[in-house]
Amino acid sequence: MEHQAKAHLLEHRDDEASKLGMWLFIFTEILLFGGLFLVYAVYRAMYHTQFHEASLELNVIFGAVNTIVLLVSSMAVAMALTALQENKVKLSRQLIWLTILCAFIFLVNKYFEWGGKFEHDIYPGSELLKKLEHGHILYFGLYFAMTGLHALHVTVGMIILIVVERRIKAGKVHAGKFVFLENAALYWHLVDLIWIFLFPLLYLIT
Amino acid sequence: MTDNHHSASAHITPYLTLATVLVVLLALTFVTIEITSFDLKAWNVTLALLVACVKGYLVLSYFMHLKYENLLIKILVGMVIVLFALIIIITYIDYLFR
Repeated sequence: MEHQAKAHLLEHRDDEASKLGMWLFIFTEILLFGGLFLVYAVYRAMYHTQFHEASLELNVIFGAVNTIVLLVSSMAVAMALTALQENKVKLSRQLIWLTILCAFIFLVNKYFEWGGKFEHDIYPGSELLKKLEHGHILYFGLYFAMTGLHALHVTVGMIILIVVERRIKAGKVHAGKFVFLENAALYWHLVDLIWIFLFPLLYLIT
Repeated sequence: MTDNHHSASAHITPYLTLATVLVVLLALTFVTIEITSFDLKAWNVTLALLVACVKGYLVLSYFMHLKYENLLIKILVGMVIVLFALIIIITYIDYLFR
């Protein structure tokens, strides 16, 4: 224990501080999405029926499948951390690849979902959307903004996970030094956490 | 005497715990979809959000290891949640009294 603590000092390393830093970043992310949730809450209260009508355009199956994919990926990356802590490097890397695969499936799903909307002439600034009522326009605006920002986070999370996997392979992240994986996992769980609230609000409102 | 050096040695979450949490999360997702297929008026959104909060709690506690994290981070997370709740409440009060 003491030896480990000394090694920390020599390496100029403070795992607790890096984790705290990651949490602070997560707070800014929560408030970023929080702002969008706030706009959503107020406009939903103002245009209750129109939000409901517009939400019927969305396919619950797409949303549900993506929810399952994200939940599974979140567990996989949590298990990857457990595996690395237990020094099972190969298993840890496999679980990270599973997470990356889930992220990819999520984005492919999103591509088809958005593609379907574009085909029906529903996208920000489309001719059809301009003719719709105010509440519909606001709903779709928020839908594209919120899922778009979320998908951007999924993409960034995927890149971070690939970097972590490379670092584990190179032996730079290992059982004695896993804070990088821990922080990457925290970011990935945040993406999952946001989707947990986005899914019922966008797909299931009545 | 007591073990005072729990700071650096991180808690390792067992695979079984993580798998159990996933099963509960999937079950709750199913519950959310089922709830909203009934017409319960305003209760639909309330219940859906309540279930989402339970899911969020599980993700934060077990997947994000908050349960085993030090008190500082726990308090900070609590404060952010309170801050966000206040923003929502104040905005709603403003909106309702216009």
